[in-house]
Amino acid sequence: MRGRGRKARRLVLIGTAGGALALAAALVFFALGDRITYAPTPTELAEGHVEAGTRIRLGGLVEEGSVERGADGAVSFAVTDTVNRVAVTYVGILPDLFREGQGVVAEGIFEPSGHLAADTVLARHDETYMPKEVVDSLKAQGRWQEGENEAGMIGTTAPAAPANDAPGL
Amino acid sequence: MLNELGHYALVLALGVAIIQSVVPLIGARLRDPRLMGLASPSAVATFVLVAFSFAALTVAYIRSDFSLANVVENSHSAKPMIYKISGVWGNHEGSMLLWVLILALFGMLAAVLAKQMPASLRACVVAVQGWIATAFLLFIVMTSNPFERMLPAPMEGSDLNPLLQDIGLAIHPPLLYVGYVGFSIVFAFAVAALIEGRLDAAWARWVRPWTLVSWLFLTLGIAMGSYWAYYELGWGGWWFWDPVENASFMPWLAGTALLHSAAVMEKRDALKVWTVLLALITFSLSLLGTFLVRSGVLTSVHAFASDPTRGVFILTILAIFIGGAFTLFAVRAGALKAGGAFAPMSREGALVFNNVFLTTACATVLVGTLYPLVLETLTGDKISVGPPYFNLTFIPLMVPLLVAMPFGPLLAWKRGDAAAAAERMIAAAIVAVLAGAVSGWLAGTETALTASLGTALAAFLIVGSFAEVALRTERASSFGGRLRRLVNLPRATWGAAFGHFGVGLTVLGIVALSAFETEIIRDMKVGDTAEIAGYRLDFRSAEQREGPNYTDAVAIFTVTKGGVPVARMEPARRFYPVRQMPTTEAAIKTFGLSQLYVTLGEVDGDTVVVRLFYKPLVLLIWLGAVVASLGGVVSLTDRRFRIGLPAPARRRAPMATPANAEASA
Repeated sequence: MRGRGRKARRLVLIGTAGGALALAAALVFFALGDRITYAPTPTELAEGHVEAGTRIRLGGLVEEGSVERGADGAVSFAVTDTVNRVAVTYVGILPDLFREGQGVVAEGIFEPSGHLAADTVLARHDETYMPKEVVDSLKAQGRWQEGENEAGMIGTTAPAAPANDAPGL
Repeated sequence: MLNELGHYALVLALGVAIIQSVVPLIGARLRDPRLMGLASPSAVATFVLVAFSFAALTVAYIRSDFSLANVVENSHSAKPMIYKISGVWGNHEGSMLLWVLILALFGMLAAVLAKQMPASLRACVVAVQGWIATAFLLFIVMTSNPFERMLPAPMEGSDLNPLLQDIGLAIHPPLLYVGYVGFSIVFAFAVAALIEGRLDAAWARWVRPWTLVSWLFLTLGIAMGSYWAYYELGWGGWWFWDPVENASFMPWLAGTALLHSAAVMEKRDALKVWTVLLALITFSLSLLGTFLVRSGVLTSVHAFASDPTRGVFILTILAIFIGGAFTLFAVRAGALKAGGAFAPMSREGALVFNNVFLTTACATVLVGTLYPLVLETLTGDKISVGPPYFNLTFIPLMVPLLVAMPFGPLLAWKRGDAAAAAERMIAAAIVAVLAGAVSGWLAGTETALTASLGTALAAFLIVGSFAEVALRTERASSFGGRLRRLVNLPRATWGAAFGHFGVGLTVLGIVALSAFETEIIRDMKVGDTAEIAGYRLDFRSAEQREGPNYTDAVAIFTVTKGGVPVARMEPARRFYPVRQMPTTEAAIKTFGLSQLYVTLGEVDGDTVVVRLFYKPLVLLIWLGAVVASLGGVVSLTDRRFRIGLPAPARRRAPMATPANAEASA
């Protein structure tokens, strides 16, 4: 009797643990299949590797002269890996370090029209730091040399920056 | 001169830490009291030397000594004093020094405070702490020397990243590190117990206060980091499932599980093997977090400028400690005797349930954090795992845990009465249903379901967390008697109640924010008005202001509600000339527990993009964490920790109802 009780208890314990694990495993597999975000480069997008309607995370440089502002926080710009470009639309406040010619990561839905409707736009948070997606995207085009320091790369475009930054209302 | 002394002290600390790692351990093996006696002085010496080194670096920052490369890269003479000091740990080298300082502090405290412990166990604990200190001191000395000179010294430094020039940097990392690194001593206890082959309820009682201290600091550190990100980054969010946030959250989940399983081990001498395993896992996750943050493998707000040699070094430390500890565990765990048996429906059973769900949730977070790294290494595919994944996996695992949470303390040890416990929860359930109904009615059709279920859960937790306190005092005959019983309850009972209450508050804050938050984005000129959640904001004027090392472009708003002026808000675009870097300074006004949050976007001529949020009950998210930490403090003052005596044993056999069993405690 005692032995059976012990066995039953152990079964309940193992059942609970197994149940939780099974639930977690199911959730993880479903979520990894469905809720992850692909991070293609602009060239991969241009070549049609990504289906419309997919959630993507796009890294690259903000194309010079591409930023257009609309009303009430609407903005459009293009992300480029220096070979191909992808149009991006966004509504909201762009990050402080968002600038033309600088690294940016935009995340959102890849629309059938071939543009990215972003719900998140990230820029560098520090001038010596470049998002990994941007580095990867530029590397793929041979525009990034290992050892070339990020600060140096920013240096090539920085002179234009202060003008945009000068605070004014 | 002081810089050289600081550097010298650091190298000397490494030497002493090696002695601390080896000699007490040999002493414990040979049962030689003189060798074991070396544990305390060497641990104290390690701490003193690291503290001296840390002080030397701090002085260099205060004096703006630009002959140190670290100061040049991260400071500026015009920077306010508080940020000069907090800037010491606002960079990789300095924060690593803070890491080791806290590590050495815990080693010293364990050596000095744990007097009632058997000498050999204490010697082992101090020695294991010494290994960790040795590894990280070696790391600093070899790859991350904060005392590197820069000659000739430049006249001016390049300033600290403006995002870090905030009071948040002064508070968040030290709190977080005390928690993060504090689990090292728990790890040391676990390894020492495996080496010594001694693992009993007394061990759990020694470990528990250290776990509690680490846990409460980690809780505060994470909450503080979350609030800092909320007001400083200007996105208005409070948690992003950023890999580095996850890196601190995983040890928190494992540490929370450990806190609960150690309770079972202490009271009932059960779950021993599991508790030791959790202690190893918790600190391993801390080490993993350190690796993720400092190796540059992640894209994150927190990532430090990367250096491959550092990543490889930490990975080696990680492999040695985690691999070594788990090998030791595999060899020794079989020898540990299983403890007391218990029915599935019991306090122990409830705590096992807690552990199963917390560790499973922790595992899903781990998978989500590491999956992109693994996938890219194996296939080259680049993906990112963000909030959609975590919301889908983490929340469903938390819900059963939270629903069960108030029941746990109502069940008796060994064998509990589920029906009686459920009866006790009727009041909480009624409140929950009412709150859920009201909340669902208030919410729009889109969020009605989230709002009503979430609010019901939160109300259930908030009321239910005090069910145990009510249960234990209800048999008093008079009001005075009841009050006396309330005061005389074990502090640990109050601690648990406040811990759970805090979780309820946080859940309520999260639910209120996700169901009732409102947001608008508007182009505004001076003279324009915007309305949100019954508040009217008038854009009165714009002006330039000079700060010590920045300039602000400020927009001034007056806020009225029902025609009555209630506040003045001044969001700004701030510009730091040294780093040529702009930041957004959000304006936040608190009304009760809710907040209005205003940030400025791009300026185009005389028009500025303004983003307005109304964040209902948002403060509860962090207040809940503070209340839970206070619960931890209350628990720490429990009688059994203060005087180091075992809690009064439950001599009487458990009675039929939990009420009687509890009353006999």
